[in-house]
Amino acid sequence: MTDQLEKAGPVTTGTGPRRRSKRTETGYASGLSAIPWLIVPVLLIAGVVVYPAIALVQASLSEYSITGLRKGSAGFGNYTDILSHDDLWTVLANTGIWVVVVVALTILIGLGLAQFMAKDFYGRTVMRWAIIIPWAASLVITARLFTLILDYEHGVLNQLLVTLHLIGEPIDFLGDDTWVMPAMIGVGVFVSLPFTAYVLLAGLNAIPADIVEAARVDGASPRKIYWHITLPLLRPALLVASVLNLIYVFNSFPLIYTLNDRNPGFSHDTSITYSYKLAFKAAERSVGMSAAMGVLNVLLILVVVLVYLRIIRWREVTQG
Amino acid sequence: MTAATVSVRKKARPYYLSLIGLAITLVFVSPYAVMLLDALRPAHDVLASPPSFLPREWQWNTFGTVLSDSRFLNWLKTSLLVAISSTAIVLAAAVPAAYFTARFRFPGRTAFLLAVLVTQMFSPTSLVVGLYRQFFDLTMVNTYASIIITNAAFNLAFAIWILQGFFASIPREVEEAAHLDGCGRARTLWHVMLPLTLPGLVTTVIFTFIAAWNEYVVALTLMSDDSKKPLTVGINSYVTGYQQHWDELFAASLIAVVPVVILFALIEKHLVGGLTAGSVK
Repeated sequence: MTDQLEKAGPVTTGTGPRRRSKRTETGYASGLSAIPWLIVPVLLIAGVVVYPAIALVQASLSEYSITGLRKGSAGFGNYTDILSHDDLWTVLANTGIWVVVVVALTILIGLGLAQFMAKDFYGRTVMRWAIIIPWAASLVITARLFTLILDYEHGVLNQLLVTLHLIGEPIDFLGDDTWVMPAMIGVGVFVSLPFTAYVLLAGLNAIPADIVEAARVDGASPRKIYWHITLPLLRPALLVASVLNLIYVFNSFPLIYTLNDRNPGFSHDTSITYSYKLAFKAAERSVGMSAAMGVLNVLLILVVVLVYLRIIRWREVTQG
Repeated sequence: MTAATVSVRKKARPYYLSLIGLAITLVFVSPYAVMLLDALRPAHDVLASPPSFLPREWQWNTFGTVLSDSRFLNWLKTSLLVAISSTAIVLAAAVPAAYFTARFRFPGRTAFLLAVLVTQMFSPTSLVVGLYRQFFDLTMVNTYASIIITNAAFNLAFAIWILQGFFASIPREVEEAAHLDGCGRARTLWHVMLPLTLPGLVTTVIFTFIAAWNEYVVALTLMSDDSKKPLTVGINSYVTGYQQHWDELFAASLIAVVPVVILFALIEKHLVGGLTAGSVK
């Protein structure tokens, strides 16, 4: 696997720095020697993530009264209820569209943005500070801000578009079925871009300048340098950015919950807001079903990420 | 710094890049410019129909009102405490783990990395009930420690993954050289590897600080004492069913952005450092 990474890297282009042994005496360790290096993360994760996760699984196997008191075991009843629920497929389709479109757009635009941020021009610092703002602002507040901006009657976006004669009539971005999803996706990409652009920028900056310089001296065109040197060396950063975006966008709660607040039923919900509404808003009001959906959500994102890692051959990266 | 930037610097910096930069800046700033204008007009004007771009009536004292509100200052203090402490814990835990997993093959290595990644997949929203029960049993509900620990744990995965990538990208030769010069493992990590991974460390700090700064669901559930809430939870009491102080909510939100931008401005230049350049030779 290490060999595959080397192939993707600059070495076989003949322009990179000479690398001696891939394996050195520092390369192997026994299981026991890992303990002092890994103990704190393991303890934190076990205490704060694993324990409540077990509680979630227990809840998904329990039956609750309408007021939320545990009545006893439900077996897999909550799961069968969820899987036979009419809205499940709508919700899953929404989740798929939401995750794929937001992550794809975020990575593509983020890559361009990072590339642009690496350039030198007057006003660059101001632009970098500006880009951080959607990330620095709380998502709950940004979601509330956008419900105002996109509002049919009070919103400045409609006002602006009408004033510029780009549209004749105001659009009900958050109520009109054709517009709700595109509007939510737009806001989703907007708030995901800062993080993505900065991870990719950090990745770009970690690429040694002399490798790129050497390729240029050897007469490689900018496009060739980009495809054969920059992108392969950017793989770790691209991996981190895309996997974490998959997870965060999938788990994104405040945006969808707030922007979609007006719409009845689950027509524009993703599986995360669906799970929340099952406990607190739906006619059923079922804590058990909500927990079961919570467990299914984790399994779903797990499968998505594993399939993704498989596709992009993550072993090359983790064993680099 | 990439070679591309170096070559641009030799020439005059082209103005069209600045124009594109300005356009990008406007896209990212404009929603928050709307927020600023809404903070500078009375709450009833925020929901006026038709809307006006500029306030019909300017109200200049909103920021002063918020900054002299003792509740707001308490929330601000909590947010700073929680974000700084969580970031420190994440760095202390993630740096050794990331370094070790990047440099050594050991039994359970892949399992460890996968397990870390899986923990990131649980949304705090679905775990918060279990978290509440756990901290209740430990009589830690309503303590700063509970949300600091939770934030640290939820952000570890990102830190370990990104730092692991950065450590792995540093050629082994660098480390071997330090080793030959008589540096022990820990000293090599501290004096040689950390400076080289500075862009990764900066990314980790910015990311963790912002995530802890903006965390909402866990703090909402674990902090019932009004004076101990962080900003994200506290400022929502400006707009409830009974009182609609949109101006104060938005002013407070904009002030809450300031510490993040300051932190960012302080350490951002290290993202551009390109410290690995030349170390390979």
